[in-house]
Formats: sequence, structure tokens, C-alpha cells
Amino acid sequence: MENFSRKGKMVQISNEGAIKMSVYDVLLNDSGKYFLLGNEAIVRGMIEAGVGFAATYPGTPSSEVGDVLSRIAKKAGIYFEYSTNEIVALEAVAAAAASGVRSFTFMKHVGLNVAADAFMSVSYAGTNSGLVIMSGDDPSMFSSQNEQDNRHYAEFAYMPLLEPSNPQEAKDFLVYAFKISEKYGTPVLFRTTTRVSHLRGIVEYGSKGEIKAKGHFNKNFEKFTLLPSNAYKQKGKLIERYNALKEESDSSYINRVEGKGSDIGIITSGAAYNSVKDAIIELGLEIDILKLGFTFPIPEKKISDFLNSHKRVIVVEELDPYLETKVRNVAQIYGINTSINGKMDGFSPWSYEFNPDRVMEILSKIIGIEIKKDDKYSEIKLPSRPPVLCPGCPHRATFYATKLVSKQLRLEDPIYPNDIGCYSLGYQKPYQMSDFLLCMGSSIGSASGFSQATDQPVISFIGDSTFFHAGIPGLINAVHNNHRVVLIILDNRTTAMTGHQPNPGLPFNAYREPAKEISIEEIVKGIGVKYVRTVDPYDLKETMVAIREAANSDGVSVIIAKRECALLRDERMRREGKWIRYQINQEKCTKCMNCVKNFTCPAIYVDSDGSVKIDPVLCDGCGVCSTSLVCGFHAIERVEQ
Amino acid sequence: MNNVNISLVGVGGQGVVSTGIILGNTVARKGINVVMSEIHGMAQRGGIVTVDLRIGDVYGPIIPEGKIDLIIGFEALETIRALKRASRKTRIIMNTERIIPFTVNIGDEKYPDIEEIIKKFDIRNIIGIDAVNIAKQTGNLQSVNMVLLGAAFATELLPIEEKDIEESIKIQFPEYSWESNIKAFRIGMDQYRILTKAYL
Repeated sequence: MENFSRKGKMVQISNEGAIKMSVYDVLLNDSGKYFLLGNEAIVRGMIEAGVGFAATYPGTPSSEVGDVLSRIAKKAGIYFEYSTNEIVALEAVAAAAASGVRSFTFMKHVGLNVAADAFMSVSYAGTNSGLVIMSGDDPSMFSSQNEQDNRHYAEFAYMPLLEPSNPQEAKDFLVYAFKISEKYGTPVLFRTTTRVSHLRGIVEYGSKGEIKAKGHFNKNFEKFTLLPSNAYKQKGKLIERYNALKEESDSSYINRVEGKGSDIGIITSGAAYNSVKDAIIELGLEIDILKLGFTFPIPEKKISDFLNSHKRVIVVEELDPYLETKVRNVAQIYGINTSINGKMDGFSPWSYEFNPDRVMEILSKIIGIEIKKDDKYSEIKLPSRPPVLCPGCPHRATFYATKLVSKQLRLEDPIYPNDIGCYSLGYQKPYQMSDFLLCMGSSIGSASGFSQATDQPVISFIGDSTFFHAGIPGLINAVHNNHRVVLIILDNRTTAMTGHQPNPGLPFNAYREPAKEISIEEIVKGIGVKYVRTVDPYDLKETMVAIREAANSDGVSVIIAKRECALLRDERMRREGKWIRYQINQEKCTKCMNCVKNFTCPAIYVDSDGSVKIDPVLCDGCGVCSTSLVCGFHAIERVEQ
Repeated sequence: MNNVNISLVGVGGQGVVSTGIILGNTVARKGINVVMSEIHGMAQRGGIVTVDLRIGDVYGPIIPEGKIDLIIGFEALETIRALKRASRKTRIIMNTERIIPFTVNIGDEKYPDIEEIIKKFDIRNIIGIDAVNIAKQTGNLQSVNMVLLGAAFATELLPIEEKDIEESIKIQFPEYSWESNIKAFRIGMDQYRILTKAYL
């Protein structure tokens, strides 16, 4: 278990036994109130719902569900795996649920794009035991390449949709989602957003469910084998189910009205509900709220009643006018003349997450009230602080080496497609080696296009986990179609960005138990790549030789830059009691600034007197800066304790 | 009880989130409602970390503009940056430690003179504390967050008692560090009291 980097954080509110218990074990307690992260509450929801099978591919904001689950799954009797990617995870849970095991998969919003092929069809097939699919959406794009609104997926697939607003609801609604799933034999889409998954609040437990991890698959060809003739029949059933679910949504306890009667009413769901509540408290208003938790199918009758009992209804929701279009449809179908305001008439913005201030602004525009602002400080101009590669990060060494080789070979305007992971930060100065980035695997897919459509050299970067997830088909394509591409696989022996989850390239699984390690080098060779080298990026010379040879090769050449993530290395060094630091010998330092300006490790800084120094707290002792390819004056020296 | 809005700000890796959790747990154990926002993923890698912690009759974790009662700043520049969401009534605790952003190291931008900013913009209710040095005195460099929590406690804005925090320390940390963490908390508390008196 020592591989885990996150410290335990949950603590139960009553003190009994808290000191002695492993912090994650509190999720297995019979009862109590706890201060939980939304994603932790979801794990508790799994335990209460009796989930026996779970699979995921990590992605912010859903990752902590897996982080927590991997620590307690075994004790709880739940099977849990990190799958190669989201569609594999969804296919696995769909099969488990078809076999009578309650199953759950969770992913970030763009992960559902990867899983979409299975997602659309599993709705046709339906399920035997409970099957719930969680999408963690990311309004404002804290950690994502887009902010797509995945509520549309529910409608797209005719799948019921639940949207919790806080950790308590996240737990309660998940249990409810499994009930709906089994009552109607349908998978359920469970949609959180960053501000729900990463909201910490007080959660009161319900009782634990019975967990069963093994079932039996009773064959049912017409249902589970979606040949055209079977799919044709299932579509009819799907629409019947959708009609039944409309009534379920109308009678659902999670679609409820709050308030004592007012002229104006608000319809809202998810995280936007919290902002609405805070905004009307700030403004001192009393406004009725129709709080929706079951948002596909929408509760038509409840909405029409709400419209009929108010003169004006404002729809407050993040991202797309998903609810608004449906509320307007209801008004049209039921012939209701109540004024409806939202995004489509320009009052409410279509982008980014909401907060109390944005909701106050929307309300003030529609209702015409003034917002009082406290005396504020005038604007102070300050330097920015973008995220950076950590001290000791092996990717820095790889980027530095690639840049040097590109200069040495005088490559003409090379293109550096990049991919999803920590190494996306190669985008930052001074490396600026992230020219094209769409999605998981796009580094290698786009490389084929660039190499064919231009005469520019193409050097692509992809991480180990991303390579397994989405890089392999792109590599096969490049080899088969004979494109001229250098692919550098940054193998840092983990899925670092999302919190160090294992991937198929590692000799252990989600429980940290031994597992078959899949060799990236063997895969690459198996695909037929002729030039393949595995190098240690800390060895700049060796890495540069390999990049030079690869750049001079025809066709596809692959370099595997293999070195564990610096954060894992730091932890290992601490465990082993090793302490290595580097410092700058001020007599030898010529202040050439190469280490500061071109290598740019966060531990190296320029002091107020102009001298270059290494912060011993930040330095992780990797020593790459001390090599002559970074410091030609041998001024950076090793310190040991 | 009045609502209390606290913003904890700093740089990835400084323990901003875990400090928020300790404080939130302490409040939750008193049976008072508390919500908190966390930052995970890409922003963590040496970037800005902001944690909003709200106590009382509140729903969402984001503090409305100008409604921050207390800023707990783990780094000088980030403390000043947090002022854009604060009001002139906001009380500010600032760890005087400076962590230089790489944009400054490569010469694109300049780390500002914090004292000059405080004078120029007439920033009131700000207390600078050398929490790193105090933590060193306790023999536990990791206790910087307890120094800052001690100072936060001394503002008397938090609906908790000293013994509640001590209890939290015992729940959260291994036994060998209880003494140094409690010591750090107390020195932080004393420092705030001494410095506010000196200003009066």
C-alpha cells in the first residue's frame, strides 16, 4: 500500500474510534455523519447501493472515486479495476450488470466520448442488475480540453439522468439511481460537475447494502446481441421505457418545489442550485425554486404546474440551455403563457461555471434589482503563476533534450503534437513543445496528418497511460500508411496527472496487487516500428543520441523515455531514508542563466542580489541540472546527508 | 450565528487543501454546517491553489465577491492576489514566505515588493507572519499550516475553541508530531495577538 501518495483526509465527525481507524475505513462504518468530498460520498453510495463491480479510467473531476475505492474495495467485497480506457470500462460493467452484479463506472465528461459507442447501445440492450454510469463534467475547464454538457448524452441515448448538487445528494442519488436502474432495466446516467465532485460537505450515512460480486449470465440473444434485427425490436422497447420513465420523473422525490409561493420562480439543477440558494440569500429575496434532480426525462407535469403557478419563471443552469429548451417545450405543449427567461433570450451566459455573483447578476438583469457591493481594493497588477512540471520531472529532461537536438539538427519549423497528461505542460515557456492537442491519443493520430500534409518534421509526445488508452491505433495507422514521425513515449511509470493511478504498463493493479506488466517496447516492436529505443531521460546524452537517430530515420521511429514520476521518486527516497540535494557553487557560477532560462526547474531561482540559487526544499536531487549539457561550468554540485 | 467565509490561498504543494480539511473537520465536529471547495488535477502542479471554506447557512462552496471574512495566505504574492475577491473589511493573515513563479525566474515578469503594495493600496487588517521560521523553532518544518491556523484562530472569527483544534491535530497527525503542531498553533496564535496589539 505504500505506493499511495495522497494522505488520508476523511475524519468522522464524532470522535469515537477516529484516532485508531484508517481514514478510508470510515466509509465502511455502519452509520454516522462525516465531512466528505463529493467523490468520497459517491463511494459510500456504492456501498449502500450494494455495488459489486466497478471499473474506470481516471480523469478529473472523477478520479478520487477510484482513489478511495481502490483502498477499500477489497474489504467491502467490491471488484474494482482500472481499465485501459473508458469504453473498455463501460463494456466490462455492462457485462457484469447483465450477469446479475450491480455495476458502476465513472469517468470524466470527455471520457464518455470515448465510451460513447458502447453507451448508446447499452441503452438499447438494457440491463439485468443495476447499472450506473457517472460522468464528471467540468464547467470552466479546470482540468479539461472542453466543457461539453453531458446531459445531452442522456437524451441522445434515452437514458435516465440524475444530477446531485452536493455530497449528501451524491450519495443518496446514487443509491436511488440503482433503484431506478433495476426497476426499469435501464442503465442510468449520473452526472456530477467539478463543484459537486470536489465539494466537501457533511454527509449522513444510510444503511449498507448487500454486496454481491459474482452472478450468472443467463443468455438472452434478443436483448444482448444487438444485431440489426434485435436492435430494431429493442428500439421499440426503449421508447416504451422512456414513456414509463416520464411518469417516474414526475413522481420522483428528487424533483421538488421549495418556497412559500412567489410571483417569480426559478428552475435549476446540480451545482447551479447551490449558487441560486446563495444568491437569493445574499439578495434577501424569497423566490420559489423547482429543484430538479431527475432531469431526463424531465418531470413535465411538475414543470407545467410550476409554470402555471408563477408569473415569471427563470431557468438557471450551467453551460447549455438543456433544461430551458425543455421548459419552453412544456409551455408550448401545455399552452402556458408564463414568461420564461434563461439563456435563449440572452439573460444567462452559456459558458463557464456559475457562482453566487453570476447568478445575482442574471437575477438583477431580469428582476431589475440593484446589487450592493462592499468597498473593494483597486486592481493590483501581479505576475502570473501557471502550473509547471515538478522539480525532478523526467519530462523536463526529455523536452530539454528534444529542444537541443532540434536546434543541433537545424530542423525547419518542427511540429510538436502533444497529448493529455502532465506533459501537456510542455506548452509552457521555455519549452513550448505542445503545438497541437485535441484529446487522448491525438498526438500520434495528428502526426500522420502533419507528416503527410506538410514537409515539416513531426515529433510527437504521449504518456504511458495515454498510449495504452488511445495511442496504439494511431501508431498502427502511422506505420501502416508509412508516415514519417518521431513518437516519444514519456513513460513515467504511472498515470501522474490524475493522482498516480496504475496503468497496464505497471506490475500491479488497482489493489496494488501483482499484475501482468504490458511492455510498451514489445507493443511498438510488434506493430513493426523499426527504430525503437528505450532511454533514461535523466541521461541527457543518451536521450539526445536516440532523438537524433530517430529524427534521421525514415518512417515511424519511437523513443520510450522511461523514468518514474518525480513525485513517486521523492516518496521512494524518503522511504529509503535517502536525502540528495544540489546547490550552486557561487564561485563557479558565471550567471549565464542557461539553467534558469532554458532548463527552468522550479527549484532554481534568481535571488534578489542576482545570484542563481537552488531552493533545498523544492530540489528533489534528480541532478539533471548538474550535467554539462545544462551547466557547462560544473557549478551545480551534489550535497548529501 | 453569522456565516463565516474563509479563503485559503497558496501554491500547489503547500498543504492548502489539507489545512482546509483540518479546519472544516473541526467545525463539522461542533455540529455546525460547513462546505469547502477543493482543487485537484492540472492546477495543482505548482500553480495557484484557492480553497473556499464557508461556515453557517450556506450551500455552494464559492464565496461571493467581497464577502470574504478572512484570508489565510500561505504565500505572500498569492495573499495579495486573493484581495481581488476581498473587501476592505476582510482580515488577512499572510505567511511572508515568497515562492517565485517561473515567469519571474525566466525574466518575463517581476515579483512585486509586497510592503510597497501594502502601503500603496492602503491594505488594512493584514498581519504578516514568518510561519516558516516559527515552524523551524518547533522542530517540525511541516507545521507551517498550524502556525497559520493559530493566527486564524486568534482573529476570533472561527466558531471553535482551542481544545477543538488540539483534538483535530490528534486525529489528523501521527503521535510524534502532536507536540510540535500544538506548539506551532500556539505560537501562531500569540504572534497574531502581539502583532495586532502593536498595530493598535
